[in-house]
Amino acid sequence: MKYITEFRSSELGEGLVARIQQRSKKKARFMEFCGGHTVTIFRYGIRQLLPSTIEMVSGPGCPICVTANADLDKAIALSQIPGVIIATFGDMLKVPGSRSSLEKAKAEGAEVQTVYSTMDALDIAGANPDKSVVFLGIGFETTAPTIAASILQAEEKGIKNYHVLSLHKVCPPVIRALLDSGEVELQGLVCPGHVSAIIGSHPWEFIAREYGIPCVISGFEPLDILQCVEMLVEQVEKGESRVEIAYKRGVRPEGNQIALKLMERVFEPSPARWRGMGEIAGSGLKIRSKYQRFDAEANFDIKTAPAVEHKGCICGDILRGVKTPADCKLFAKACTPENPIGPCMVSAEGSCSAYYLYGGERGG
Amino acid sequence: MADKILLAHGSGGKLAHDLVEKSFVRALANPLLDKLDDSAVFDVSGKMAFTTDSYVVSPIFFPGGDIGKLAVCGTVNDLATSGARPMYLSLSFIIEEGLSLKELEKVVNSVRATAGEAGVEIVTGDTKVVTRGSADKLFINTAGVGVIPEGVNISGSNAKPGDKVILNGAIGDHGIAVVSKREGLSFATKLKSDCAPLGGLVADMLKASPNIHALRDPTRGGLATSLNELAQQSKVSIRIEEKEIPVREEVLAACEMLGFDPLYVANEGRMIAIVPPEDADKVLKAMHQKKNANDAAIIGEVGAETPGRVAMKTVLGSSRIVDMMVGDLLPRIC
Repeated sequence: MKYITEFRSSELGEGLVARIQQRSKKKARFMEFCGGHTVTIFRYGIRQLLPSTIEMVSGPGCPICVTANADLDKAIALSQIPGVIIATFGDMLKVPGSRSSLEKAKAEGAEVQTVYSTMDALDIAGANPDKSVVFLGIGFETTAPTIAASILQAEEKGIKNYHVLSLHKVCPPVIRALLDSGEVELQGLVCPGHVSAIIGSHPWEFIAREYGIPCVISGFEPLDILQCVEMLVEQVEKGESRVEIAYKRGVRPEGNQIALKLMERVFEPSPARWRGMGEIAGSGLKIRSKYQRFDAEANFDIKTAPAVEHKGCICGDILRGVKTPADCKLFAKACTPENPIGPCMVSAEGSCSAYYLYGGERGG
Repeated sequence: MADKILLAHGSGGKLAHDLVEKSFVRALANPLLDKLDDSAVFDVSGKMAFTTDSYVVSPIFFPGGDIGKLAVCGTVNDLATSGARPMYLSLSFIIEEGLSLKELEKVVNSVRATAGEAGVEIVTGDTKVVTRGSADKLFINTAGVGVIPEGVNISGSNAKPGDKVILNGAIGDHGIAVVSKREGLSFATKLKSDCAPLGGLVADMLKASPNIHALRDPTRGGLATSLNELAQQSKVSIRIEEKEIPVREEVLAACEMLGFDPLYVANEGRMIAIVPPEDADKVLKAMHQKKNANDAAIIGEVGAETPGRVAMKTVLGSSRIVDMMVGDLLPRIC
């Protein structure tokens, strides 16, 4: 098995599309939670292949997009402190905060280094003992365990100049907040594949049980998505709601216990700010007091001016699934990937970027 | 001679003279270069093509090539995409002090071998050495001239509705091969760069059909960016078929891991040809005879609607836009 070409086969894809077309009778709106899924859906033009009974809306599953301006401002403020080196995954550089971006701060002289893994950030700390390295911890349950591991390794190796600004978020609470708001009515949820590889399928069960919404955990190849949609349609047509795993090669019901234990050892649940959704209880991960010396919030005096939102940007509404990029006045005019105004245009997993790059409402 | 390049190697004094004499002129010998005059002087008849490019690839040695091979191929291919027969190249080195002489010699040998393969001569050159940190090991600039055969008129603005789009082989090999050796990112792969001089291929294609409308080598920005450039220059649309575009499984896998789309990954031995429909099979047949184009395929067609737009029929049969690359996937890939 080669894992890629098999999941992009035209013949199998046509079969799945035909089955969905045939089976789907009831009108249904499905949300793909994850930005990675949004990208696959657009890259393979999947919306065009679905029957008119099915509407797909994009959800808030892009960690960069949901990071609030106030938190982005903190990262930028940290980069201004003398002796601080910011280590970050590359996709954070261009994201505009209230007044600047890390890319601009870097051009003006701040030390910002792009890394491909948290362990690279530790190496930077090791190589610069007279400076403080702050890693920007942005991501969902998928990245949090690796960052927990880096903190534990820093402790073990006695690296004292390594810090993490933990802006991590966990996914299930935001879905509850979204559903409780009553703003979007959903008949199905495409649950995130990589997040579920860590947390398993159990944390999604409340959605099926309490809200009566079918849930299917999906992989990221086009056939994964089509299979997931077929399984959601099947539940909708039968009037059922339960959590199913379509991404069996990546997800076990119990998740990844080793990763979960690492996360729990270093982090504790905390409230977190989400762009467009405000503060959501229990949706963040804070570094436990035992590891406080690695916590950037506790070790630096981070001064920021009050956050301001970009005028006209509707990223918040798009992340809640109540609007699409096509509804935004700035989209593809003032806001483009070269000159992004909102984060959904910057991140590779952002809805606006996917709409822009792959055609979206503009057609192919 | 020292085993490392010193600042004095670029000073114009004795050490510099020795370096040029022993390492460059001896390796690259030809009557025009051997004169060691300030300019190479030669006759040209017909329409001439002239191009230049700088090479800053990191690392300087990568699977399937090195910065020397790249510096020859890149310029030769830019001449070839104008329909020219590449003839003479200049070769300028900007060397960071401390580069090992062995590495430099390896690069020069690679320049020699590639120039030989491409049928071009290095006729003039220059060497500068800069202090440590002012360059990264070795940068190369090459410029090249070639002559365009009579009756050939190739330009990015010549694509016409109905033309076929031909590609000479699998995309993304160069970019992924270089990235696989990049510090901080390295991973194991058997993949080799596709880096190759394409002058011979283009000559054979033109023999099969002098009516080829446009040629382009999809380097930085990959296939997607080159197709967009062609569509914009010619004010036409281009529609490609995803399932016709050759991509190796290793490239697909690496792209998944790195979050790249192979359509945007750099190539150094690939050629897009825009050919009138009646000549497409002839050109394709000629390409299949060459080792750099065994897998050549028709990947799409030129249209009249939505000028400047590139669209792709996906493997699932749906359709999507293929935009230009935004920003840089990874810097210093060539």
